[in-house]
Amino acid sequence: MSEGYTPEMLDLIKKVEESRPQRLSESRAGKGFPAMSMDARDLVLNAYHPDYTEEGRRALGIGPNKDEVYPEELIDLLESRSILEAVKPDLSTPDYETDVLVIGGGGGGSAAALSAAAEGLDVIMATKLRHGDSNTVMAEGGIQGADQEPDSPYYHYLDVIGGGHFTNEPSLVAAMTNDAPIIIEWLESLGMMFDKHPDGRMKARHGGGTSRKRMHSAGDMTGAEIMRVLRDETRDRTEKIKILEFSPAVELLMDENGRCAGAVLNNMETGAYYTVKAKTTIIATGGTGRLHYRGFACTNHYGATGDGLVMAYRAGAKLGYMDSVQYHPTGTAYPEQNVGLLVTEKVRGLGGQLLNIDGEQFVFPLEPRDVESAAIIRECVGNGKGVKTPTGRLGVWLDSPLIDELHGPGTVQRELPAKYIQFKRFGIDIAKVPMLVYPTLHYQNGGIAINDQSETTIPGLYAAGETTGGVHGHNRLMGNSLLDILVFGRRAGLAAARAIADGAQAGAASLNHLVEYGKALSDAGLDRGAVSPMILPNYATDEIRSRRWDVKSPTV
Amino acid sequence: MTKCTEDNKPIMVGDRTIPPPDARYITISIMGQPYEVPETLTILKAMEFVGYQFKRGCGCRGGICGACGTFYRIEGHHTLKTGLACQTVVEPGMILAQIPFFPSNRAAELDLETKMPADQQIATMYPEIFRCVGCGTCTRTCPMDIDVMGYIAHFKRGDIMGGAEQSFDCIMCGLCAARCPANISQFNVAMTARRIASARLTPKSEVTAARAEQVRAGRYEPMLAELCKMSKDELKKLYVEREREPDLAKPGEWMPEDQTHL
Repeated sequence: MSEGYTPEMLDLIKKVEESRPQRLSESRAGKGFPAMSMDARDLVLNAYHPDYTEEGRRALGIGPNKDEVYPEELIDLLESRSILEAVKPDLSTPDYETDVLVIGGGGGGSAAALSAAAEGLDVIMATKLRHGDSNTVMAEGGIQGADQEPDSPYYHYLDVIGGGHFTNEPSLVAAMTNDAPIIIEWLESLGMMFDKHPDGRMKARHGGGTSRKRMHSAGDMTGAEIMRVLRDETRDRTEKIKILEFSPAVELLMDENGRCAGAVLNNMETGAYYTVKAKTTIIATGGTGRLHYRGFACTNHYGATGDGLVMAYRAGAKLGYMDSVQYHPTGTAYPEQNVGLLVTEKVRGLGGQLLNIDGEQFVFPLEPRDVESAAIIRECVGNGKGVKTPTGRLGVWLDSPLIDELHGPGTVQRELPAKYIQFKRFGIDIAKVPMLVYPTLHYQNGGIAINDQSETTIPGLYAAGETTGGVHGHNRLMGNSLLDILVFGRRAGLAAARAIADGAQAGAASLNHLVEYGKALSDAGLDRGAVSPMILPNYATDEIRSRRWDVKSPTV
Repeated sequence: MTKCTEDNKPIMVGDRTIPPPDARYITISIMGQPYEVPETLTILKAMEFVGYQFKRGCGCRGGICGACGTFYRIEGHHTLKTGLACQTVVEPGMILAQIPFFPSNRAAELDLETKMPADQQIATMYPEIFRCVGCGTCTRTCPMDIDVMGYIAHFKRGDIMGGAEQSFDCIMCGLCAARCPANISQFNVAMTARRIASARLTPKSEVTAARAEQVRAGRYEPMLAELCKMSKDELKKLYVEREREPDLAKPGEWMPEDQTHL
């Protein structure tokens, strides 16, 4: 089935098919396209990776990270006033009081909630959309963990820090790689449906930049499986974990000693605000793909608008690595309905190769993601060897049929069921014809700065997952984000429990920091009348926007 | 996504729909209200195009989260169809309504330590599966093309593993339950069954358990502390020199020459 492609594209696919027997025999002989040297990596990154160019970035004018250069779309949010600044609500009697407030209901938030509840704490989990709505569900390929015989956290550490160009925060890498086998075992004990050998041994594969096979998976919906298991487990813990859906936190509460004291939530369906006073607060709000840096499409969930970053920054938390964004090498470039959507790295892990318009390989398929992305952009934009779609997008072929040739018929459908269905809907059988791909905005490497106990620079405030920065340095390897969220979510829950056991208490809650932030913004001449956090992306046309007469903020 | 003009210069449109000047428009009806939208858009993007800003009914936008289950008919046809709004392309005369939430029955407190046989456990937690009338509406409704009635039949027969595997692609959108004349919440039964099948009917990974035990015993903390103290050049050297497990090595067979840090 290939009617989803145009006749012109089908003609070009013939070149892929012509070169396939040769590539197949080379793959079988273990002789693929050579990996780049460290120097060659630098060369292609500097010339073609969006993070390494000046365009679309400017210096931040306020707060603890003043003068650092970030994408403009993020700066616009950070240089904005709070929705609540002028409201001055009565905070003397909170609507809820709890031990732990978890902000965000993805994998990181759920791990935090479960680990805190297991320590006997009362938890409120406030989430903007449904419990489970997160980038976690979209992670396809796997979760790393050094549990196989020839592997150990030591080698996992080396792979992570090498993949991150040695810019990672060492203590965070050590924490993540050390805890990984415990996390894998925990997920197994909860009844996660891992891909396994008949004797129970986990199937482990390579991913980009790994020296040992440690990628664990559940089909090609690993994140979705993790999320539905964690959500199901959380629903059995209702005596300890109260879940408030469609109730995003919009600002943090701070006490007189500069300690985080909880947050203000907004029930999006009724418009009502509620205050939560908490002894400890954990931010797990995920990434920022929906800010669409430089107009890139993204692979992210609808809710990935960086709300937690904005709240924490207003409250004075330090950010780190915020200039660094991950472009996933293989976002869908065709068909138009799927554009931007992730094609898991597992396709290349299974032997799929990237090819230009002439059906030739131009890059080792498992370079670190930033290098792989830059190499694809170079092949298309620099060398002019991309394939152009009917709507004028560019892409390169990802030769998925090679996988069935390498591992036997049916492998593509068995190992990549979600991707297979997604393309089949539009008349493309990826076991028979290649996919067309191009880099897409995928992951926020930077975020709220934390230590190895998930503590931010604000007392009483913890953070976990994509909203934090440092563990992946300037480049994350596949399979380490699912691990990151669970390791640091769990560590945040445990750290909160220790703090509470030591007598942690929040003082009188206030929102004075918003007024101070607003004043600093005005004083710096940066007040554009914008308010944030964004909460929801806005994809209306210009025509519709112009008819929303009462909406004034340029960002919301 | 980059969209290329003639000279390969990308213009960037994020996720907003900017239809080409020659786009053809069709009429669809969103909960009874007609709108003109460019053809080829998905239902989700068509709704955003006309001005909807979703709170419910929108999630991953990639067909995996189950937030945007949608029922629709094509004007003049009697058949009720289903799809995910993010994955279904609009058609002329489409009359649609999203079902962002549907009340379902979920049995509380899954016990993974119980001695009760797995099939009995499912039958006890969800006795309503035996009221299945075999109409097959759930299977026809599923936007993931799962044989829902088939997996329920597996559970009725006591084949928990078979049903768990058959339900694996489930995104828990709830559309099956919305149409079930026997009032079964199939997706919740399947969730429970997959956890039982994985935790109780599948052998544990002994390799993983052994390594987790080593971690808990603190075996790797000194090695990691050593790495944390290293300079970039020292790390670089170790990184470049590390041995790579061959792609086609069988599990547990290949071992590195240097085994000092295992």
